[in-house]
Amino acid sequence: MQGLIELVQNLGVTADWLAATLAVIVYAVLVFLFLALFALFAVYLERKVSGHIQDRLGPMRVGWHGILQTIADTVKLLTKEDIIPENADRPLFILAPFVLFLGTYLVYAALPFGPNATASNLNIGLFYIIAVSSLVVIGTIMAGYSSNNKWSLYGGMRSAAQIVSYEIPVGLSLLVGVMMASSLNMSAIVINQTTGIGGIGGFLGWNFIQNPFAFIAFVVYLVAGTAEANRTPFDLPESESELVAGAYTEYSGMRWAFFFLAEYANMWIVAVLATVVFLGGWNSPIPGETFVPGWIWLFLKALGVVFIQMWARWTFPRLRVDQLMVTCWKYLTPIAFFNILGVGFWMIFIG
Amino acid sequence: MPDIRTEEMVINMGPQHPSTHGVLRLKLRTDGEIVTHIDPVLGYLHRCFEKHAENLEYPQVVPFVDRCDYLASMNNDHGYAMAVEKFLGIELPERVEYIRVIFAELQRIASHLVALGTFGLDVGAFTPFLYCFREREMILDLFEMTCGARLLYNYIWVGGLSHDIPEGFVEKAYEFLDHFEPKIKEYNDLLSYNKIFIERTADVGTLPADVAISYGATGPVLRASGVDWDLRRDEPYSIYDRFDWDVVVGNDDVGSVGDCWNRYYVRVAEMEESAKIVRQALDQLPVDGDVKEAIPRKIRPDKGDLYFRSENPRGELGFYLVSDGSPKPMRVKMRSPALANLGVIDEIGSGWLIADVVAILGSLDIVLGEIDR
Amino acid sequence: MTSQEIYDILVSQFGDSILEFSDEPLAEYIIVDSKDWYPIAQFLHDDERLVFDSLMNLSGVDFGKKADQMEVVYNLFSMSHRHKINIKIQGPREDFVVPSVESVWRMADWFERETFDMYGIIFEGHRNLKRLLLPDDWEGFPLKKDYEVQEYYHGIRVPKVKPKKLN
Repeated sequence: MQGLIELVQNLGVTADWLAATLAVIVYAVLVFLFLALFALFAVYLERKVSGHIQDRLGPMRVGWHGILQTIADTVKLLTKEDIIPENADRPLFILAPFVLFLGTYLVYAALPFGPNATASNLNIGLFYIIAVSSLVVIGTIMAGYSSNNKWSLYGGMRSAAQIVSYEIPVGLSLLVGVMMASSLNMSAIVINQTTGIGGIGGFLGWNFIQNPFAFIAFVVYLVAGTAEANRTPFDLPESESELVAGAYTEYSGMRWAFFFLAEYANMWIVAVLATVVFLGGWNSPIPGETFVPGWIWLFLKALGVVFIQMWARWTFPRLRVDQLMVTCWKYLTPIAFFNILGVGFWMIFIG
Repeated sequence: MPDIRTEEMVINMGPQHPSTHGVLRLKLRTDGEIVTHIDPVLGYLHRCFEKHAENLEYPQVVPFVDRCDYLASMNNDHGYAMAVEKFLGIELPERVEYIRVIFAELQRIASHLVALGTFGLDVGAFTPFLYCFREREMILDLFEMTCGARLLYNYIWVGGLSHDIPEGFVEKAYEFLDHFEPKIKEYNDLLSYNKIFIERTADVGTLPADVAISYGATGPVLRASGVDWDLRRDEPYSIYDRFDWDVVVGNDDVGSVGDCWNRYYVRVAEMEESAKIVRQALDQLPVDGDVKEAIPRKIRPDKGDLYFRSENPRGELGFYLVSDGSPKPMRVKMRSPALANLGVIDEIGSGWLIADVVAILGSLDIVLGEIDR
Repeated sequence: MTSQEIYDILVSQFGDSILEFSDEPLAEYIIVDSKDWYPIAQFLHDDERLVFDSLMNLSGVDFGKKADQMEVVYNLFSMSHRHKINIKIQGPREDFVVPSVESVWRMADWFERETFDMYGIIFEGHRNLKRLLLPDDWEGFPLKKDYEVQEYYHGIRVPKVKPKKLN
């Protein structure tokens, strides 16, 4: 961000506050562009991955092997008629996608894209991210309630319960990485992973293999993160077979595209957090190698986690809502607490 | 603090819904997420089959019978043809009987594949659906090779068949069987023993055996409740008594007897048994014989009535025919297995969550074409 | 157990209510008087020699204006003894009332509703006798031989289809 501000000042804008504001606006637009491009890419990836898992090919006609499929989809969504149900609560209905997207978008203010490419490298970076991402609950409840549709209401309620509950295992398992780095700052967590077992860096420095509790925390985080992003096996709020599209049934065209965008943005956040806290962030897996820039490693690792999330979606059936709650409260949360205890003991007595 | 007023919510799982297997409307009265009463509303696919049949001659009813249970057309044709043949008292050539059994059992496999795939889809597993349809494509290719149609065949006529099996059919059928038998293990690995799937279906919607018999539930639904009853073995028709296969009954290895998992698993195991029957029939198939030689010129049964039943993939398919001596039947009543099976849904669906009602409905494997006729 | 033996047991129990018996092939039936049908049904279901626990099929038959008769046919089966019997109840074409047996065999619940829907036969004592396949406000009983389809349904014209001459 500092670099951006200097860039703007070099272009002739002298007033500090003006330069800062312009830099922020440029960054925000860049992030939005990144999200749009990532969603484009992720939708294509999802369709190809799901196709190959299901023993078929996926999109093949639009462009070479279907590469331009998402562009066709976007054009379709933009040209769709915008239907607002007659008895729906108009202000809430219109506002819901924006509130949902806001909850996701605000996280990108502190999400790292590379070693020095964070908008604001907060000292409480991780804490801020977890706190702000709770805003999506409000968006979903607004969407479910304002649609004036009993099925959407069900979806909204289930989603609220799910997201709020799964925040806890997410936070607790991320805490393990924080403990190992003694800081909530994301850069500090990554720097902590440059040296690991036996003093060697690279792959062996990554947090998730430092001690068995960190590995369990990684698994808990993957499960809880998938639930946060409303993906199968936890996609009850939008379970296609039962509730058509759950909380988002009544939305069409661009409004629905916003929800979709928010879902992929969420997936990316989960992936980047997993990478930064457990998989070594922008460190290369080969110790001491500096040829490949850090942000490429970050992107590759995060894409790997995104792929794992997609893989899980097309393999497992979905959990019923009470089973989902039981998984969170009776299994993941106690395990996460136990993990923290375990990591603490490990660090004091062994590490 | 004044009491909060709560009341039951009436939700409509409408005629158009991804999970109601056709145009079925379920009125659910729910208390929060728990369903207290289910009231099915039928008739969206009623096409007046029985009224039409009264204006058609006996052989002309066969295409209509096809369209009742469109996922198991061969079995419907078979049931109706056998009912009329029993009425007339005709004997069929061996080759016709063998070919009929081959097609009926292949159709049973195809129908069960759809049932399993859509059941997986109901509980959220998207992938087994495509795997099942991949195998079904091979069966439909076999059918298309023989009579030109993929879904509604009009193949098994009263007294014979419409076409003889073409060159290369037997080889292709063996190929299919060799390809299919290992796939059952694949389905079991992917879905049947998956922990999440078991959580969703084991011990859900348990149907006790005596309730099942009282409601007239038959087929896999009845067998999953522990009743060892299969019309092909216990009231043999056609040449089923020449084959060696087992009847699959529900067990309590996973969950309890009569739950959704058992209804699902009985179908998976039945596919394997059907494959065995097809293999034996192909081995014993007589090489010559004219498939149309026993088709009567004019069908004019004596006055009387007859109830004949056969085993559809969904259960006991019965035809009650009343004849007054003319070439057109006076009454054709189709006793549809899915209608009797659907009757149990209020009994076993009440008290579960909405997600479970979807799973229970999927496990009953209904086809609206046959319920509404 | 043969049909003759079942008939003898029923006659010994219910006497006059059992009207007719035939055991020719393709026409095996026992005709029963409708007024006593409910106790007969319970007896068929509960008696240890008979145990007809499975109602295979229930259908109505309309024999046309000339014969002026309708019938309700019950095809019964015993899962334990493996014997079958067909029970018929005959009645007039208008105002035909039959006691409902849906509390004996639960399958009769929907099958009786369907027979009412198609023929207009009233099943007394049924817990919820409404139409099953047709909309609740449909007029007429389609499977009767002299059924004329209604002109309009909620303002939508019901098209009349003339049966084609088949050669």
